[in-house]
Amino acid sequence: MRNFLSTRKGIVLVGIIIGVLAALLQKLGNPGNMGICVACFIRDTAGGLGLHRAAIVQYVRPEIIGFVIGSLIAAYAFKEFRPRAGSAPIVRFVLGFFAMIGALIFLGCPWRALLRLAGGDWNAIFGLLGLAFGVWIGVLFLKNGYSLGRTQKTYTAAGWIFPLMMAGLLVLVLFKSGSLFFSEEGPGSMHAPLLVSLVIAVIIGFIAQRSRFCTMGALRDLILFKHVHLFSGIVALAVAAFATNLILGQFNPGFEGQPVAHTMQIWNFGGMVLAGLAFALAGGCPGRQLFLSGEGDGDAAVFVLGMLTGAAFAHNFSLASSPAGVTSGGITALIIGLVVCLFIGFTMREKAL
Amino acid sequence: MGKVVDARGLSCPQPVMMAITEMKKSTGGELEVLVDTDTAKENVSRAAESNGWTVVEIKETGGEYSIRIKKQS
Repeated sequence: MRNFLSTRKGIVLVGIIIGVLAALLQKLGNPGNMGICVACFIRDTAGGLGLHRAAIVQYVRPEIIGFVIGSLIAAYAFKEFRPRAGSAPIVRFVLGFFAMIGALIFLGCPWRALLRLAGGDWNAIFGLLGLAFGVWIGVLFLKNGYSLGRTQKTYTAAGWIFPLMMAGLLVLVLFKSGSLFFSEEGPGSMHAPLLVSLVIAVIIGFIAQRSRFCTMGALRDLILFKHVHLFSGIVALAVAAFATNLILGQFNPGFEGQPVAHTMQIWNFGGMVLAGLAFALAGGCPGRQLFLSGEGDGDAAVFVLGMLTGAAFAHNFSLASSPAGVTSGGITALIIGLVVCLFIGFTMREKAL
Repeated sequence: MGKVVDARGLSCPQPVMMAITEMKKSTGGELEVLVDTDTAKENVSRAAESNGWTVVEIKETGGEYSIRIKKQS
């Protein structure tokens, strides 16, 4: 059977749906230009679990849970659930860790970079340029034989571990467990109704799994192969979110005073260079890693756990930026992250390629 | 029977890169690419078509795919 969502028209349709739903989620309560931000929402989830104590960014985001569950449903519905693991998990953990550090210096994952642009936050332009530059470095490594090696088939139950962890989180958040942290002010306190977020996220998880939607892949395939397939999806996302923002009155162009953003362009750029390189070396943007986790990819799940840990470090050690700008710790972590990613890129090569 | 590219266990873009490398080396004829995810299957097929090859057959056995592609020499 032909998979419509993986055709050109399909990926554009998926981009449009994600763009519209993200803008709607903002209207329904999510933070500014943050209808969906995989990095920020994993960070909020780390806060909700008390892994960091930054009181303004604590909320176990149902969007993250929904993405994984939606992808799991799609994978089972179309017989694509493939439990697999074992392609350099520790390296993926570290890449996830530094991807998060970079994203939190910019203040957003690639999805949010597009949504910030679509909301008129021009600072996002520097983030997107940094992302493209980071992915470009990753492509150079790929061309020189960079590989994390083959994955192995594993037990079905092993593929279920991460989705089950998400199900566990869902139970905690549905019952508003007293052990969780819920922000009373700041971005963590701003959210769409729980069930609305969850349902929208399941829909997005489903169609994103089917379409293989990936923001890093979009740039990588464009640079590496001149393939515009995935790229057309992210353009559709940005255009659809822009149009929806205009209709909903959420379009506020400018550099200054943008929600959850700063204007230190060199660090907007630099943060996303690190994130883009880490995504490229790991083979997917944060969203894609969640969808892969849902279809049984244990290595992608380890990347996500690396992001969760990175988020905790970012706030416990004041590495994350704030609207006031970057921190000195953040700059140090950025440099360490770049060195580590370059080390990984240079040393992990398969001669056989 | 032409050359076989075994890209099982690898995630994109590697299967596509390996297939394209072989396609460029080849002067025509048949090539078989082995992959084990649906994403890789779609990407390799798409890349073959955009490089002027035709997908002759995709066979599935136990969750793995064998993609046979062909180009007139």
